[in-house]
Amino acid sequence: MALTLSGEEIGAKLEEKFPGSIVESDKDSFLVRSEFLLPVADYLKDTPGLDFDFLSYITAVDYYEYFEVVYRLTSLEHNHSLVMKARCYGRDNLSLPSVVSLWRGADFQEREIYDLMGISFDSHPNMRCIFLWDSFEGHPLRRDYL
Amino acid sequence: MAIKTEPFVLNMGPQHPSTHGVFRMRLTLDGEVVVDLEPIFGYLHRGIEKLVEGRTYAQIIPITDRLDYAAPMSNNLAYVLAVEKLAGITVPERAEYLRVIMAELQRIASHLLAVGSFLNDCGAYFTPFLYMWRERESIVDLFDMVCGQRLTYNYMRIGGVSHDVPDEFLVALDKFVGRMPFFIDEYDQLLAENEILLARTKGVGILSKELAINSSASGPVLRGTGVEWDIRRAAPYSIYDRFKFDIPIGSVGDCYDRYRVRVEEMRQSVRIINQAMKQLPPGEIRSEVPPLLRPPVGEAYGHIESPKGELGFYLVSDGSIAPYRLHIRPPSLINLTALRDMIIGWKIQDVVVVLGSIDICLGEVDR
Amino acid sequence: MEIDINEKQVYSSTELNKVEAETIEALRMGSQQVIPDPDEWLAQELKGNVLLTTVDFFLNWARRSSLWTMLCFPACCAMEFMSASASRFDLSRFGMEILRASPRQADLMITAGTLTWKMAPQIKRIYDQMAEPKWVIAMGACAITGGTFAQSYSVVPGYNHLIPVDVYVPGCPPRPEALIHAIQMLQDKIAKRKNL
Repeated sequence: MALTLSGEEIGAKLEEKFPGSIVESDKDSFLVRSEFLLPVADYLKDTPGLDFDFLSYITAVDYYEYFEVVYRLTSLEHNHSLVMKARCYGRDNLSLPSVVSLWRGADFQEREIYDLMGISFDSHPNMRCIFLWDSFEGHPLRRDYL
Repeated sequence: MAIKTEPFVLNMGPQHPSTHGVFRMRLTLDGEVVVDLEPIFGYLHRGIEKLVEGRTYAQIIPITDRLDYAAPMSNNLAYVLAVEKLAGITVPERAEYLRVIMAELQRIASHLLAVGSFLNDCGAYFTPFLYMWRERESIVDLFDMVCGQRLTYNYMRIGGVSHDVPDEFLVALDKFVGRMPFFIDEYDQLLAENEILLARTKGVGILSKELAINSSASGPVLRGTGVEWDIRRAAPYSIYDRFKFDIPIGSVGDCYDRYRVRVEEMRQSVRIINQAMKQLPPGEIRSEVPPLLRPPVGEAYGHIESPKGELGFYLVSDGSIAPYRLHIRPPSLINLTALRDMIIGWKIQDVVVVLGSIDICLGEVDR
Repeated sequence: MEIDINEKQVYSSTELNKVEAETIEALRMGSQQVIPDPDEWLAQELKGNVLLTTVDFFLNWARRSSLWTMLCFPACCAMEFMSASASRFDLSRFGMEILRASPRQADLMITAGTLTWKMAPQIKRIYDQMAEPKWVIAMGACAITGGTFAQSYSVVPGYNHLIPVDVYVPGCPPRPEALIHAIQMLQDKIAKRKNL
């Protein structure tokens, strides 16, 4: 049976390792500061006992004041999973570090978020529209797109 | 003396009989050998994730039918599981069994289509496809009996299923699962050891275990590489923990392994249906759920092992009658991440074989 | 021998002028009647014969009985088209079993599925590449009006915004029987076509 790891426990562990990296955490997920996203992800992927080798999905949610990007990580070895979140504030020129260097599976999903939500991912090898054509105006999945 | 050749770009799709829909690849070729590949999506992007924001939770079920149109029952199941998780709804026993029977029948139907069109792409022009379509039609007839539709079933409901099965359904189902193993044997006799099929698929389009995990592949693509990962076993949803079944895995991760995994999964699905039919209890088929469901504020992720891989629905609720955000984890799209690595270095005629062995459905890739 | 220039002139210029005038006059006299149009002349020749209507009938019979279908299957309705063309519903009973991947060899386009604006240029191009005479069946709700996805930002609300459609088949998706009925309706339509 799959185990969903507690965001609080992992969050406390990460806060110890990377001071100032975790903004908040609850039983389901923890919120990581965007500048710490890559080191935290790298730590989660390579630490024995955690071994989050499989990225289930990435998605983004528009909460008007900020965009929340949700990463669901799974470990095939230990059969446990974890939800990591990061936020971008504002409406324009949003960016987050890309995790493609860690998990190749993020490739198309980050492009999808860029296309439909308008959050670009730094150091992504191919940051272009994926579903819509190049001259399409707006980002349809934002709440203010009608 | 080395002969210099000039690479040229070949556009394959979106209008192409072997791309299983409107998928497009921009291939760079050196003679016959593929040196680069760029997949291009979006020719069937219908904006489903935006459309659902204006619908109530129950109204979204018909839209999920049109995601992976080769397996609508699985999509229904994944969606209602996510809503039930979000709203904390329990499902009656009989409905759980009916859901499992439908999902496993759908897995057989989807794999029949996948294997049939894969063999079609390998050059067995339409003969195996028509054999497998014969059984697919019997499954479609069974679905027609319970919900009156041939393709977009809209059968699962939040908290149960829409109708109880008619009496003749169980008789017909019993007859079908009794015959199905012989049909699978028949396909194997025709093709499993066929010289041409082996030559075209053995060792072609190898995906390594590490790359498959790293690129988030799931379903038969992941299991073909030898990773024993099936959500039915790893995180049993519905009542899958009550059934005995094996998880078939491949050894090297080539096209042949993915084909064999699908054929073996059909046998396992027959096994599950047989057990579910024997245990099917009488009783209610739907629990009381208000028509305008207002789940509490929060989020939930419901995922199942669909025929293509891990199909998940991520729901965010703001307490109103419509979801605030619905994200679909599309196995077909994510399985294509490693397509470039699988095809580079192979010849142009292997492209359709590798693509056929991944088994994509464009309704799900583009959404 | 000395050549006398005058000996070469068999006719004097006066005589030549006279001959030319006679030719013109003869043509003028012979052209007082209007030559009948070729078609009317043909109709006069074959008055009472039924050959022309037979040619029409024959052409239409040949065209409607072997419609070659263009493979244009963007989405879900393709599954029902495959069902219709597979052994159970057996579309080949109506002379339709040949599916062409090249538009230049096809004369019927069955538009089975949702059309997005990104795909629209390709569909238009496929239609333009098909040889005349050509027909279009819009299969399913998406092909008629956009169906379930009509309000979406990326979906074309019906194929008839791009290409002329002959027969509409409602349903989401239409059952194979409905598709076969639509094809028979199209065949009836072709049978009434005037070719000459």
